[in-house]
Amino acid sequence: MNNVESISNVPWITLNGGAAYAAIGPERSSGTKMLSMSGHIKNPGNYEIVMGMTWAELIYEVGGGIRDDRKLKTWIPGGASAPWFVPSKHIDTLVDFDDVAANGSMIGAGAVVVMDDTTNVVAAARSIVRFFAHESCGQCTPCREGTSWLEDILTRILDGHGRSSDLELLWDVSDNISPGLGWPPAMTTICPLGPSATAPVASILRYFRDEVEAMIPSAEVARA
Amino acid sequence: MPDTPNEVTITINGVSHEVTGGQMLIAAAESVGDFIPRFCYHSKLDPVGKCRMCLVEVEGPRGKALVPSCTLPVADGMVVDTESAVVKKAQEGVLEFLLINHPLDCPICDKGGECPLQDQTMTWGPGESRFIEQKRTFPKPIHVSDIVLLDRERCVLCDRCVRVADDIAGDPLLTFIDRGNHVQIQTFPDEPFKSYFSGNTVQVCPVGALTSVDYRFKARPWDLTHTTSVSLVDTVHSTADVQASRGKIIRVYGVENDAINDGWLSDKDRFIFSAINSDERVTIPKVRDGDGFRDASWGEALDIAAEKLGAYRGDEVASVGGANNTNEEAFVLGKFMRWVVGSNHVDAQIGDGIDPRLAAAVEPRATISDLDTAGTILVWGPDVKETLPVLYLRIRKAVRNGANLVVASPAGTGLDGIATSVVRYRAGSGSDVLRKLAAGDGDYVSAREVLGAGPVVALVGRSSLAEDPALVEAVMAFARTLPEAKLMTLLTRSNVYGALDMGLAPSLLPGRASTSDEDLRDALEDAWGVLPDHPGKSTPEVFGSLKNGDMKALLLVGSDPVRDCPAPSAARAALEGADFVLAFDAFITDSSAYADVILPAAVWGEVDGTVTNLEGRVQRVRPSTAPPGQARPLNAVLDDLAHRMGVELVAAKVADVSSEISEVAPAYRGVTIDYLTFEGGDEGTLVPLEGVNQPLRATPADVSVRVITDRMTLHLARSLYDQGTWNSHAETIRDLSRTATARIHPRDASVLAVSDGDVVAIGESYQLPVVVDPEVAVGSVVVPFNQPETIGLTAAASVSVDPVRAGENRGDT
Repeated sequence: MNNVESISNVPWITLNGGAAYAAIGPERSSGTKMLSMSGHIKNPGNYEIVMGMTWAELIYEVGGGIRDDRKLKTWIPGGASAPWFVPSKHIDTLVDFDDVAANGSMIGAGAVVVMDDTTNVVAAARSIVRFFAHESCGQCTPCREGTSWLEDILTRILDGHGRSSDLELLWDVSDNISPGLGWPPAMTTICPLGPSATAPVASILRYFRDEVEAMIPSAEVARA
Repeated sequence: MPDTPNEVTITINGVSHEVTGGQMLIAAAESVGDFIPRFCYHSKLDPVGKCRMCLVEVEGPRGKALVPSCTLPVADGMVVDTESAVVKKAQEGVLEFLLINHPLDCPICDKGGECPLQDQTMTWGPGESRFIEQKRTFPKPIHVSDIVLLDRERCVLCDRCVRVADDIAGDPLLTFIDRGNHVQIQTFPDEPFKSYFSGNTVQVCPVGALTSVDYRFKARPWDLTHTTSVSLVDTVHSTADVQASRGKIIRVYGVENDAINDGWLSDKDRFIFSAINSDERVTIPKVRDGDGFRDASWGEALDIAAEKLGAYRGDEVASVGGANNTNEEAFVLGKFMRWVVGSNHVDAQIGDGIDPRLAAAVEPRATISDLDTAGTILVWGPDVKETLPVLYLRIRKAVRNGANLVVASPAGTGLDGIATSVVRYRAGSGSDVLRKLAAGDGDYVSAREVLGAGPVVALVGRSSLAEDPALVEAVMAFARTLPEAKLMTLLTRSNVYGALDMGLAPSLLPGRASTSDEDLRDALEDAWGVLPDHPGKSTPEVFGSLKNGDMKALLLVGSDPVRDCPAPSAARAALEGADFVLAFDAFITDSSAYADVILPAAVWGEVDGTVTNLEGRVQRVRPSTAPPGQARPLNAVLDDLAHRMGVELVAAKVADVSSEISEVAPAYRGVTIDYLTFEGGDEGTLVPLEGVNQPLRATPADVSVRVITDRMTLHLARSLYDQGTWNSHAETIRDLSRTATARIHPRDASVLAVSDGDVVAIGESYQLPVVVDPEVAVGSVVVPFNQPETIGLTAAASVSVDPVRAGENRGDT
C-alpha cells in the first residue's frame, strides 16, 4: 500500500474499527472518499466526502459553485481518463462508484475537473489527448500512432484548418483504439492508456458536436 | 475431449479443430490453415503482443473480447472468431495506424514485393489513407553496423530485430529509445550492432527498415530466382535460400530447417557469396611459365597433367584437400587417386583435424537436435561462436530452455557467459585436467557434478590448432562414460565430414569403411579394379615426403595449406620440393601459386550435388548460377583427366556419381540425389538410413596425452572472420576481422612487465599488442589464427613471448 488516500484512512480505522468505517456512506461505496476538485469552481481543493450525494451538491455546495456564478458546462468526474459528464444528463446522478459507472464513467482518481461555459471543449480535449500522447510508451501500435494522430487532428481544428470529415475521423480513430467507445472501455491496445485518450474525444463528440462543427471553416462545411 | 492428452479442441470461425495444446493461438490457427496477420509475431521468437495486428475475438465468461492471438495459449474448448466485423475493423485500424507515419516509398524500397506490410495492407488494410497531417520523419538510413542499415521511417517497431539480437544471438546491442510517437530503434552510443548474426535481423524485418549494404537497390524480389541449398562456410550446413538475379547470386536467406538451423544464418553464411562474384576468380586453365602463369586451353592443361601424373608410381602422388567440394566431387577424387593414380595418400584434412575414424563414425553420435533435449552439454573444443556460429545459437537455445553447459577451454569462449561451469586450463595441459575432471578432484568437483546430469551431449574438437589431436580422443573416451552420452566431433571446415565419408582420408574408404576392412575392400575392387595396398599418408606426412623427395607430385584440391594449416612453413617446403603440383582452385592462393597447372574450379553456388554435415546429415546443394569463364566442377575435370590417362570414370554427371556412391559406399546405401530430392526434402537425411548398417563404428580408445613445456603454451585459435581464401575475397565481410592481439593472463603480464597495448614478440617473426585478460589460463598465450598480422604463424605447442620495448629492436642485442 503506497497510496496517500489509502494511508490516510488507516489511523481512523485503527482507532474506530473496520465495521465503523464500512458503516459510513452507501453500501457499495462505503467509507469516505478523497476528491481533488479543480477547474472553474469557487473553492478548488482536496476534499474528503461521504459518497452518495448528487453532483449538484458536490459542485455547488462542497465546491461553492462556479466561479463568477457562470454556467456549468461539463465536468470530468474522475481524472483525465474518465468520460465527461454534462449538467443536462448527470447533474442529479450520484457521486458513488456504481452510479458513475452506470452512467459510463468513473470516479477513478477522484480528480474532478469542472469547466464553465467559457471553456473551449476542443482545446480542453486536446490538452488531455496531448498528455496521453506524451505519456504513451509507444510499444503498441494503436496507442503510439493513434493518440498523437488524435492530437494532430484536434490541433488542426483549433488552428482553423478543420474539415467536416474530421468529426467522423476523430470518432473512428478513437474507435480503433477502444472499439465501441463504451464503458468499461474495450481495447485494441496492451494497456488502458490508449483508450484513456479517447475519453475526452468521445465526450466532446457526444455532447458538444455542434461546437466542434462550428470550428470547422464554413467553406469546408459547404464543400462537404 | 480429444484422445491424445496433448491435443485440445478449438473452434475457429465455427469450424472445430484438434490442435496441439500449449502453443499460441496464432500458431495453432496457422497449423489448420487459418492465417492470422502479424508483424511482431515470429515463430522462433518469444511473443510480445506489440503490433496488435493479430487481434481476434475469443469468447470468454463476459462475452467476446479482442485478444492478441500471439500471446494467448490455446485451451480446450476455446471459441475464436478471426473474421468478425469487430476483428476486421481492428485489423484495418491497426494497418491504418501503421501506415500513417510510414513513408510509403515502396517504389524505391528493397522490401517492395516481398513486404508483409505491403501484402497485409492489400489483404486486410483500408483502401485509402485518411491521414493528412505531417508524417514523422527521420534522417534516411543510418548504419547500425558495418553491414546493416536502419531506415527508421519505415520501421513499425515490431521488436523482431531486438529479440533476435537479445534472445537468439545473445548480443543485446539494439534497443528502443524515446517513447510514444518518437520511439525508435537505436544502438547504444559508440557501440555498433557488431554481431555475427546481424543479417538475421534484416531477414526477419517485416518492412524495409533493416537492409544489408550488399543488397540495397540491387534487385526486385520478383526478379530473383530462388534455389534451396546449403551454406558451406562451416560444417553445420545451414539450409539456405540462395537468390540470384541476372545470373549472379545477390542474396542468401536462411531456411527454417528445425533439424539444423531454425532459419538462422551467421553473417559469414549469409555474406560470403560475394567471393564467388570476385573478379579475382581463376576462369581459364593456367600453366606455369617461368615465375608466373600463362593461360592455356583445357586440352593443353589436361594433357600436361595426364602426362605428368602418368609418369609417377602411384605412391609418389598425393592429394591434399577436397573438404570444400561436394560429396560427389570428393568421391570422384578418391576414386581417381586410388584407382587411376594408384595412391592411398588422400587427405581432406590438412593437419588441423582429428582422427578421421572418429570424425566419420563415432558412436554413439549426437545430432544437432539432440542438444534440445540434453540435460547437460559439454563443449571441449574450438570456440563454437567463432567456428560454428549457428551451432552456438542452438546451444544457447538449449541453455535458455534449461540445459546445463560445461565449457572447457584454455581461454574465454563465446559460450562462457551462459555456462553452468567453466573449466579453464593451460593450453597443452588438457590431459592432466581431463584426468582430474574425470575423478572430480579439487577444483573440478562442481563441473564433474554437473556432468552427472544426463542425457549428456558432448561436443569435442581441438580447442586450437596447437592442441594435440590425441586429446580429442581422450576427452571423447571420458565423455562416453557420462550418463546417456552422445558425441559430436567439432571439425569446422565446410564439407569435411562429407569428404571423409567419401574416403578422403588415408585410412578410410567411401561410406565410412576402413581401408583394413577386407570385405569392403574386396567389394570395392569388384566395382573399380585393383586398389593400392600401401599405407596412406596424412597431410603432414605427405608434406614431409614431398620435401625429402620420397613423393613427387601433389594434387592441391581447393585448399591453401600455406595459409590455413598448423605448419605453413612445412607446406611451403613441400610445395617447393614437389616435382609437379596440380591445383584445382577458384583463386590463385599462397599455395596454388606454386602449381605447375591450375585448373579453374566451379564452387559452391555453381555446383550440383550433396554434402554431409557434422551430425552426418546429407543435404542437396544446388547451382544458382553458372561457373565463371571456363571453370568446371571437379568430377567433370577428373573424368576428362582419367580419360586422358586411359581410364573411364563415368563421373562427368553428378547423378551417375550419386548412384555409384549409393551402391558402393556402405553408409550411403540408398542415398541418391533422387532420394534426397523426393524423400529427404529440405531437411536432408541422416546417414546411414534406418536399417542400413554403418560399417565403421569408431569408439575412442582411452588414450592419455601429456604435453610439458617450459615456455608459454600457445592457444592458436580460429576466429569467424580470417584471411581464408573465401573470407578474404568476400567484399561484404573481408574487413570485419579484429586486430590480432596476444592475450595473456594478468599474472603473466606482470612477470613480463607488460600491460594492455604493449607489444610482445611471439617467437622470432611476429609482434602483437598485448591484451591482459583474466579469462586466459596462466602460462598460455592466445593468438588468433590466420589474421593479417599472424599469417604463417606455426601452431607450435609452445612459443617464446618477450616484451618489445620502445626504441629496442629485436635481434640487435
